[in-house]
Amino acid sequence: MGRKEDNIKRAQALMRQPKFIRNIGTAAHIDHGKTTLSDNLIAGAGMMSEDLAGKQLLLDYDEQEQARGITINAASASMVYKLADQEYLINLIDTPGHVDFGGDVTRAMRAIDGVVILCCAVEGVMPQTETVIRQAIKERVHPILFVNKVDRLINELQVTPEQMQQRLSNIVNEVNEKITKLLPDDLKKEWALKTETGNVVFGSAFNNWAISVPYMKKSGIKFRDIYEYCKNQDQKTLAKRAPLHEVLLEMVITHLPDPLEAQKLRIPVIWHGDKESVFGKSMLGCDPDGPVAYMVTKIIVDPHAGEVAVGRLYSGKIVKGQELWISGMPNPNRAQLVALTVGADRIPVEEIDAGNVVAVAGLKDAIAGSTVSSDPTMQAFEKIVHYSDPVVTVAIEAKHTKDLPRLVDVLRTVAKADPSIQVEINQETGEHLMSGMGELHLEITNYRIVNEHKVDIKTSQPIVVFRECVAGTGGPFEGKSPNKHNRFYIEVEPLQPAVVQAIRNGEIETEGRIKDSKAMARKLQDLGMDKDEAKGVTSFLGTNVLLDMTKGIQYLHETMELVKEAFEEAMNRGPLANERCMAMKVMLVDAKLHEDSIHRGPAQVIPAARSAVYGSMCQAGRVLYEPIQKVFINVPEDMMGNAIREIQQRRGIIEDMKQEGDIAVVQGKCPVAEMFGFAASIRSATSGRALWSTENAGFEPMPREVQEEIVPQIRERKGLKREPYDAAYYAG
Amino acid sequence: MAMAEGDDRLVFVGMGLHDEEGITLRGLRELELAELVFAEEYTSSLSKGSIERLAKRIGKGIELLGRTEVEAGTRILEACASKKVVLLTAGDPMVATTHVDLRLRAERAHVRTTIVHGVSILASVPGELGLQHYKFGRTTSLPFPREGYSPTSPYDVIAENLSRGLHTLVLLDIDQENDRYMTANEGMHLLLDMERRVGKGILSKETLACIVARAGSPDCTVAAGKLGDIMNRSFGPPLHSIVIPGKLHFMEEEALKELAP
Repeated sequence: MGRKEDNIKRAQALMRQPKFIRNIGTAAHIDHGKTTLSDNLIAGAGMMSEDLAGKQLLLDYDEQEQARGITINAASASMVYKLADQEYLINLIDTPGHVDFGGDVTRAMRAIDGVVILCCAVEGVMPQTETVIRQAIKERVHPILFVNKVDRLINELQVTPEQMQQRLSNIVNEVNEKITKLLPDDLKKEWALKTETGNVVFGSAFNNWAISVPYMKKSGIKFRDIYEYCKNQDQKTLAKRAPLHEVLLEMVITHLPDPLEAQKLRIPVIWHGDKESVFGKSMLGCDPDGPVAYMVTKIIVDPHAGEVAVGRLYSGKIVKGQELWISGMPNPNRAQLVALTVGADRIPVEEIDAGNVVAVAGLKDAIAGSTVSSDPTMQAFEKIVHYSDPVVTVAIEAKHTKDLPRLVDVLRTVAKADPSIQVEINQETGEHLMSGMGELHLEITNYRIVNEHKVDIKTSQPIVVFRECVAGTGGPFEGKSPNKHNRFYIEVEPLQPAVVQAIRNGEIETEGRIKDSKAMARKLQDLGMDKDEAKGVTSFLGTNVLLDMTKGIQYLHETMELVKEAFEEAMNRGPLANERCMAMKVMLVDAKLHEDSIHRGPAQVIPAARSAVYGSMCQAGRVLYEPIQKVFINVPEDMMGNAIREIQQRRGIIEDMKQEGDIAVVQGKCPVAEMFGFAASIRSATSGRALWSTENAGFEPMPREVQEEIVPQIRERKGLKREPYDAAYYAG
Repeated sequence: MAMAEGDDRLVFVGMGLHDEEGITLRGLRELELAELVFAEEYTSSLSKGSIERLAKRIGKGIELLGRTEVEAGTRILEACASKKVVLLTAGDPMVATTHVDLRLRAERAHVRTTIVHGVSILASVPGELGLQHYKFGRTTSLPFPREGYSPTSPYDVIAENLSRGLHTLVLLDIDQENDRYMTANEGMHLLLDMERRVGKGILSKETLACIVARAGSPDCTVAAGKLGDIMNRSFGPPLHSIVIPGKLHFMEEEALKELAP
């Protein structure tokens, strides 16, 4: 029996003993070395040859991932490791660092209990580092730190041993600060990073070594030695004396919680049902004999098994062939395959217990984020909130018309597997529009459609997604129904930033009906909304809100659903360029309705209320918003000028410049529309010596003159009349 | 308006009930004088072929306008500037309330308007049933329910009328675009459904209801009975109307027994 097979056998024994299980992930800014680290751990556990570790990128098994050298899927693998004569099962999820795939990270956090935050010793704490820490703490996932690429610090930045120690300790302090400021008081002390305790490790994943303070004591290796090994190009010996997987897995096992401990802390945060109920008790106790409570965090599309759900089993056991209920679905699905995953392999098992990361095939109704249970009445887990607006769209069509029905199916599957992808049909042209988090995100998805789903497609050039909002206050504007017997009066203004922020952070549940409008009104008031306004909260769409400020208008309650429809139509297609609206406060202040219900039906009310919203927006001053990216560039000092020019040429702004040794760090921001093709330009402008990353930074108003130029272009592209309509048009 | 007949530039002509035969002689004369004739069928409608037969009779084309065109009104009003225009509607032109707006806009644009009344359902339904129109309360109508719009205010109107002992004429929705006409059966089911939703306890399968189908036509059918007994009976082709009677006068009681067994 090979080592790998042997491992699998031992893993199967361990998965019944939660005390010896660790569900962990790695998370970091892009290129800080997550996948290299994960491979190392898997190799160390005997799942891959040690020579290949760091080079094979086992978890980047997707062809695209290998080719691009980045992780796109949050891949998972299980491994067995022995510490002090006790074997442990480590379920590891590797997450993407590229900002386009942030949704994957958020979802992966739901499956794990602890996370190794990687931070590059050269680059230091980056925006994504902070983001992943925030995501972890929100899910009560315990973070520990691995400072990677220490060898580069020594060999490339040429720091002295003292500088090295200073720098490493600065990074630890900075990460620790970011963690503790987000923690609730009772965890502040327990989860703080302290180098002495060993919840911080330094090393080089590429060169297979790592060191922690406890390991230094055990092995007698000193910081000085590390410095020497690196300086003398002998990291091989260092890797023998202080193997990365040993040091790191020891940290994981010692400092990260097992599922029993973790679920006590996490369940109250991720599930808001009754803690004293059967489900509550069983999940808090990680009870394999309780009802099944399984949360899907990812859907993988497998050429053989079809759609495979991967997620965390919090309670009960999933048995092959069992019928399971997907929340919100009328009929149960059957678990056709239950498995542990090791890299690209899935190891089928007959059943699996609570506390594990589990792959299940056959749950055809499940999407990433579904709650799955043996009991259809189970209250669903809290939604996994990843509020990110897609910023780029491409139009897709099948190359061969006969593939069209398949393309529709495939697009549905793609959107299911990756909730950050939005697919819609352009009603005017009939083409499919696919929106995502960035150029790369869409490129990868296109690649998958062609190569995994085998549908030949043609795609348009990527275009950015715009948003519409208003500059000030508009209305009350009178919108008349076509039969002129109904009138709606609407005011609009930009929604308070605090409320918009709360919606984005998922603190306000905006999907579906408002369940408790009194509680919602209180929440809005706490965020600074006027009391009378807050009381009128009627519905949300994205970051837009509809408020009903009227009192006692007869029959209005009968037409309110239609007013909501009108609000939704208007917010989905703004008056300027048919783009979606954002951060709008839409207030219905008065209405006059016809006595008879036939004369105030949908064909009358919807156009009336919609015109009132549009007219009011015209009066308030319509503004087009465009997506903005922050750009971070590390570049040799002598090329800094070129890098800066690349940003400035793109309507960009330089926000910060720092000097670190010979490296200049430039931070700026640019409209996404101007960033297409940036990769090639910066490469040629800096002879390929710039390291750079971007981060979506929301939407900002376009400069007036650019807006005036772009609006007719967008309208023309959409087959609309070049000039938007004015208020007089909507008053008619 | 004391103006010579024939000078009016927008004339609303009601065609009455069922088919082109319902038009008045005065209406017919206006059609003969008109330079341009429009018709609409979305507020009420006549049996198939009526408009075509009428066009043949007057020897000029009649252009059928859809809801949007009539509501927008631009085409009609522009035509009025230079021509004598007739807008034909089924029933009486001002019972379908939409046309008040058109008339006001015409007057404001200094286009003189006249109305040639037609026989209305409001008069024919009580007549067919032998009920006294003095005893009717507010009229209501039942729209086809759809997601987001299933009002129960028609039920409230019936409740209010009943509390004062008055009858309620319940008109039924016409979805001209999709060739859908609400039948009395659908209407009765909807009313009982509203009873379940609002629950004032005014309607039940024991409630007396009257049906008039194809009012004004030679095969006009009337019926009266308990909702439970007649709600699944077939009344033939559209249009249908329902009456929920309040307190019956003894003459009305006799009439219902005699005319609507």
